[in-house]
Amino acid sequence: MRHLEFLAGRLFKAVLVMFGIIVLNFFLVRLAPGDPATVLAGEAGVVDPQFMAELRARYGLDQPLYEQLAIYVSRAATLDFGESYRIQRPAMDLIAERLPATLLLSLTAFALAIVLGVTLGVLAARRVGRWQDMVITVAALVFFAMPLFWIGLMAILLFSVQLGWLPAYGMETVGGNYSGVGRAFDIARHLVLPATTLGLFYVAVYVRMTRASVLEVSQLDFVRTARAKGIREARIWRRHILKNALLPVITLASLQAGALVGGAVVTETVFAWPGVGRLAFDALGQRDYNLLLAVFTVTSAMVILFNLIADLVYSLIDPRIEVKG
Amino acid sequence: MISRRQFGALSTALALSPVPGLRAEEPRQGGTLNAIVQPEPPAVFIGINRLGPSAYVGSKISEGLLTFDRNLQPRPVLAQSWEVSPDGMTYVFRLRQGVTWHDGRPFTSADVVYSITEFLPKVFSRSRAAFSNVERVSAPDEHTVELRMKHPFPGLLTVFERSGGTMVPRHLYEGTDPYRNPANERPIGTGPFKFKEWRRGSFIHLVRNENYWQPGRPYLDEIYFHIVPDANGRSVAFETGQVDVLRGGDVEWFEIRRLMRAENVQVTEAGWEYQCPLAWFNLNLRNPPLDDVRFRRALSHAIDRNFIIRTIFSGFGRPSDGPMTQSMPYCDQSVWTRYPYNPRAATALLDEMGLRPGKGGVRAELRFYPLPYGETWLRLGDYLRERLGAIGVRLNIVSVDMPTLVQRVNAGDFDIFSNFVYLTPDPAMNFTQVYRSDVPAVGTAANLGGYNNPRVTEMLSQAERTQDQAVRKRLYSEVQKILTQDVPILWTHEVGFPTLSRGKVHNLITTGLGTDDNFADTWLAG
Repeated sequence: MRHLEFLAGRLFKAVLVMFGIIVLNFFLVRLAPGDPATVLAGEAGVVDPQFMAELRARYGLDQPLYEQLAIYVSRAATLDFGESYRIQRPAMDLIAERLPATLLLSLTAFALAIVLGVTLGVLAARRVGRWQDMVITVAALVFFAMPLFWIGLMAILLFSVQLGWLPAYGMETVGGNYSGVGRAFDIARHLVLPATTLGLFYVAVYVRMTRASVLEVSQLDFVRTARAKGIREARIWRRHILKNALLPVITLASLQAGALVGGAVVTETVFAWPGVGRLAFDALGQRDYNLLLAVFTVTSAMVILFNLIADLVYSLIDPRIEVKG
Repeated sequence: MISRRQFGALSTALALSPVPGLRAEEPRQGGTLNAIVQPEPPAVFIGINRLGPSAYVGSKISEGLLTFDRNLQPRPVLAQSWEVSPDGMTYVFRLRQGVTWHDGRPFTSADVVYSITEFLPKVFSRSRAAFSNVERVSAPDEHTVELRMKHPFPGLLTVFERSGGTMVPRHLYEGTDPYRNPANERPIGTGPFKFKEWRRGSFIHLVRNENYWQPGRPYLDEIYFHIVPDANGRSVAFETGQVDVLRGGDVEWFEIRRLMRAENVQVTEAGWEYQCPLAWFNLNLRNPPLDDVRFRRALSHAIDRNFIIRTIFSGFGRPSDGPMTQSMPYCDQSVWTRYPYNPRAATALLDEMGLRPGKGGVRAELRFYPLPYGETWLRLGDYLRERLGAIGVRLNIVSVDMPTLVQRVNAGDFDIFSNFVYLTPDPAMNFTQVYRSDVPAVGTAANLGGYNNPRVTEMLSQAERTQDQAVRKRLYSEVQKILTQDVPILWTHEVGFPTLSRGKVHNLITTGLGTDDNFADTWLAG
């Protein structure tokens, strides 16, 4: 019951936050100089001012800002974000088209990061000061420090250009016309490099976070007490150290999960992965307000949703954390 | 690094090398051409969008009445023949018979009338400007179209190529909102290739039009346009053989030399004759000291245009210190005042102005916006800063994205910015807008620096509306003479956009429209 109350309270707050985000985003995108009509004028070389005025009228950009805001908010309430100025199709359709590719890439990288990151982090903590710890820590530092695009480019050079093992770009072989298992295998081959590239950075983050957290928790009094009580070492690690040490990891995971939809712009660009991040990046360069706002809203909703989930998971893992609406 | 001698030999080899595919081999039917389209176009129906990437893909689907050969002579496409009356007041186009749209409906004069009078002026500013010179369009029969002009406008013929004068199927568009028509998603044209599929963010797929009006064409079965947003990725796609063609702008200029070294790769600068791309630095003549012609001449003397071509653009393109490209029919270099690279002459002019070096040797300070089109253009900006710094003009570089740049330069909020413009063959179309002071316009190819020479404006206006070639030639020569004296813009070079292709690709470029033509004659060796 308390969980339900908590959930209802958080949902109410989430709706308020979403409203605030939607309004803020509306002004934020308009702070950037230029508008869709300016972009078109730049690309066309030259247009006459009357044509620009017609274009702005067509997009509703000639209306006072408060009217544009009112229309936008009322539509957003029904998840209608209007049409992309650029592509002339509903913004939500364009996002829905790209969402599976982004989720596939991000979730694979996410899973890789958590499984590998936590495992290696725990291993490093258990072997602290030994060569295993050194290798894992140094590798984590290297991958943490290296920019994603550089890792991506090096991976392409090695595995695609030099060795020819994996495709360099795209999500499927263009013209491959695969179906069924063949298609799944083709996509999987294309997924290896971008998912590993994106995942490696987060593996490094999770390794560092888990190692530090495990080391900290294992020094605490209750662990010493557990050992003094003669509890088996495996049980101490599983029930006492890991359970407590994983709380900050969950926080980080929830933040990363929130960024799943829009957080892979660099990887999507380097590997020509047809995802939402790239769509948003292009929309920004083209001042495609409707599309940009739709992407912002979807990504913001994801962050709020995963924060909510994280709060719930906290309370399940650690009963000392109270659930309050 | 290649030596100067190697570079010279390479350049000569390039100049002598044939346009890809112009070889004495028998064309072969079939095959898949893999190309890159960059950036991903917003639409592939060039009736609705004619930006570079849209034109590249859409030009295989939709057609115009004419095309232009590499000498910029009009050639028949959907119009089999045409006549222009000696006074320039009447144009008669006789259309090709037996042409059908991709949905099987016949292409007739009614489509042409609809496209010219209703569709194109509604969608494109440039079409509206060009066709505003036409008084009446009529269709005496199904295969004849007659245009009656309000006054002569000799530049008109140049807009009937496929991207400027796209023919639109009347039966699908009449009475609809052109922007929201479902046919935009799956364009119906008369071209050699039909739209098959567009997987956004991945590829666009076109297939052979079995009922194309030209017997035996096209040779290719299908074309895939790969969408690869990263420049390095595009290089890799070509290197690894996943794509057969890279066109100018797909990769940075400095990458091209490396890619050329691969086996069985051909390169050409042909195919940009119609576009006439000219690069320059726009100057804001409202701001001192740029309002003083001596200062502008000093800047022109300070730039080594050969260095720009040789080092920044990897040997592609041609240095230029005048307002027209050599492929433009009215280009008259004999009247140009030249400004050879001479830093001493530049500093002498600044001294004459009384602009003495101040603290740190700085005589003047200017705000500069580089063109945000990639690394090569940024390097051009760095070069300008270095060269102007050497004569005591400090350049403060402000990097912004394209929409910001367009907004700022149109608001007059700049001193210098780098730019390149497709002038197209007839000066009455794009050239005139850059220098006339009485045409309100927005964009990067407008008169942005506030250049105001009433005589130039008057002569450009006259030249647009006279059919007498000798008079036009005289007027445009006079305009070029004045412009090179006034230096309202710092012209630097004719941009060379090399096209790279695999040796198996033949007849890729057959006209002055280059890769923006329809690929009907393109074929692949086995």
